[in-house]
Amino acid sequence: MEKTWNNKAWFLVLPVLVLVAFSAVIPLMTVVNYSVQDTFGNNVFFWAGTEWFEELLSSDRFWQAMVRNLVFSFIILAIEIPLGIFIALNMPKKGWGVPVCLVLMALPLLIPWNVVGTIWQVFGRGDIGLLGYSLRSLGFDYNYVNDPYDAWVTVILMDVWHWTSLVVLLCYAGLVSIPDAYYQAAKIDGASRWAIFRYIQLPKMNRVLLIAVLLRFMDSFMIYTEPFVVTGGGPGNSTTFLSIDLVKIAIGQFDLGPAAAMSIVYFLIVLLMSWVFYTVMTNYDSGQ
Amino acid sequence: MARIDCNHIRHAYGPHPKSDKDYALKEVHHAFEDGGAYALLGPSGCGKTTLLNIISGLLHPSHGELLFDGRDVTNLSTQERNIAQVFQFPVIYDTMTVYDNLAFPLRNRGVPETDVDRKVRETLEMTGLADMARRKARGLTADQKQKISLGRGLVRSDVNAILFDEPLTVIDPHMKWVLRSQLKQLHRRFGFTMVYVTHDQTEALTFAENVVVMYEGEIVQIGSPAELFERPKHTFVGYFIGSPGMNVMPVAVEGRNARLGSQTIELPGAPKAGTAGAIELGIRPEYVRLGRDGMAVKISKVEDVGRHKVVRASLEGREIAAVIGEDGTVPAEPKVRFDPARINIYADSWRVEMGA
Repeated sequence: MEKTWNNKAWFLVLPVLVLVAFSAVIPLMTVVNYSVQDTFGNNVFFWAGTEWFEELLSSDRFWQAMVRNLVFSFIILAIEIPLGIFIALNMPKKGWGVPVCLVLMALPLLIPWNVVGTIWQVFGRGDIGLLGYSLRSLGFDYNYVNDPYDAWVTVILMDVWHWTSLVVLLCYAGLVSIPDAYYQAAKIDGASRWAIFRYIQLPKMNRVLLIAVLLRFMDSFMIYTEPFVVTGGGPGNSTTFLSIDLVKIAIGQFDLGPAAAMSIVYFLIVLLMSWVFYTVMTNYDSGQ
Repeated sequence: MARIDCNHIRHAYGPHPKSDKDYALKEVHHAFEDGGAYALLGPSGCGKTTLLNIISGLLHPSHGELLFDGRDVTNLSTQERNIAQVFQFPVIYDTMTVYDNLAFPLRNRGVPETDVDRKVRETLEMTGLADMARRKARGLTADQKQKISLGRGLVRSDVNAILFDEPLTVIDPHMKWVLRSQLKQLHRRFGFTMVYVTHDQTEALTFAENVVVMYEGEIVQIGSPAELFERPKHTFVGYFIGSPGMNVMPVAVEGRNARLGSQTIELPGAPKAGTAGAIELGIRPEYVRLGRDGMAVKISKVEDVGRHKVVRASLEGREIAAVIGEDGTVPAEPKVRFDPARINIYADSWRVEMGA
């Protein structure tokens, strides 16, 4: 077929291009601008080239934050995904229990991040917090302010409390879309509970699970507010994740150049991960 | 393989059925003989699938009990009943290969792998899926998927019965015919008790030795295809089976004669019907003779349906149909006669026997 070339069509794309330019491209360009220059304020800039990038990639501080963040994401995925599936499988499929469960599940998702942080900050305190006080009364030496291990446990518990429901809701949506005939056929075929899960429920949840993993990975990899409110990145640097570190550099130390370089590397990592997930998902869809 | 007894089975989907209307199955009391091939025939919503699901244990009947070879299985699970069932729409395990799909019911029951392999290969051969055994079941066409479902129903040889719930709906006409004959062959070879639900009379009449006609939650007639055709026990069976359906007209019976408007029709005997209730006369279009003598009719339409023609006419103001041969012609002053031996008389829609 002969293709029709009509450049007027570009005008139709223009509004979107303008929107995207203002919301994403232009702010990003200012970051690029900072990342290759040095400034001491007063709007005076010096060309720095790739200096900030080289410094960043050879800094232990950056890689430590990166490892901490990856470990954090891995742990919360390892807890939230199986736990979410388990809860979704055990939620009622009909009757009055459905709306009750759905509302209960949606509640943590509706609470603003910094409020979640505050809740847990108070909850975990040894003097007045229910969790901290109870643990201490039971004889545990729990103190998230001084003990890195306790700080990690608190941050992970908080994330699991906050976000497992997202996985539950996604899995539940996948589960209720399975027609009854599948369960009937499984009964006829004598499938065990495990076989039903493995060959009917899991394959049907596959796509929503990929979305859940993607969302939870991205969110946890960019987590800032809650740990900032609870631990402020401490004790020491033990809960300083990438974004907390980034804010420390940019606003705490006012090193705009290194912070900009770090932003770009951070952005590229997130982009790369998204691309990997996207590729996996589309390949899965085409049945390969 | 087993004989299946349905003892006064009633089923309502709602929790508190009040009247007969709340019952999807009003009362079914019937035995499916061991090794019989049955078709459950009826319009949509008449309770066929409900009855099937009660037999397989997917539903627990509200009342009544179910026996397999005399053993009460009403409270047994589907798995304990050892039944195979094929559903209307394909159900496949799409992460498995075609081969593994067929092996699934066997492996779940711990059948040794050598037997699994033998049975699966046989079934693959029978359903024509042999060349795609190693393919993933996802991405196959609807009728290939349905063949997998069918294959899973046939792969076990020790089942008490195989139940089919309109299994050929999504299969194209040619393949339908092939699969149906394979099912019949299979039945002859292994003697499974088979129950086949359908709303397609051709399918029912070609598949089964015994056709069970259901209507509004009840069994109205059980019989061979010929019996259903010649002596429909209920006017519904007359309408539902045959194409076009039976002509049914209200008459008044006087001894061995039936009066239809100004016409008198001679009956083969005196019907044993009480005077109460609506009396109707039923005659198949195949037995309405169109000629130069008999009752005068007005022809409204002649439909050529291929091997024969269907004549639509009006007799005493009532629509009737007659079937004439491919080369049959309609006379100038058409009249009809009813073949007396083929006349059935109905009281309140149920057939009554003829006396002497």
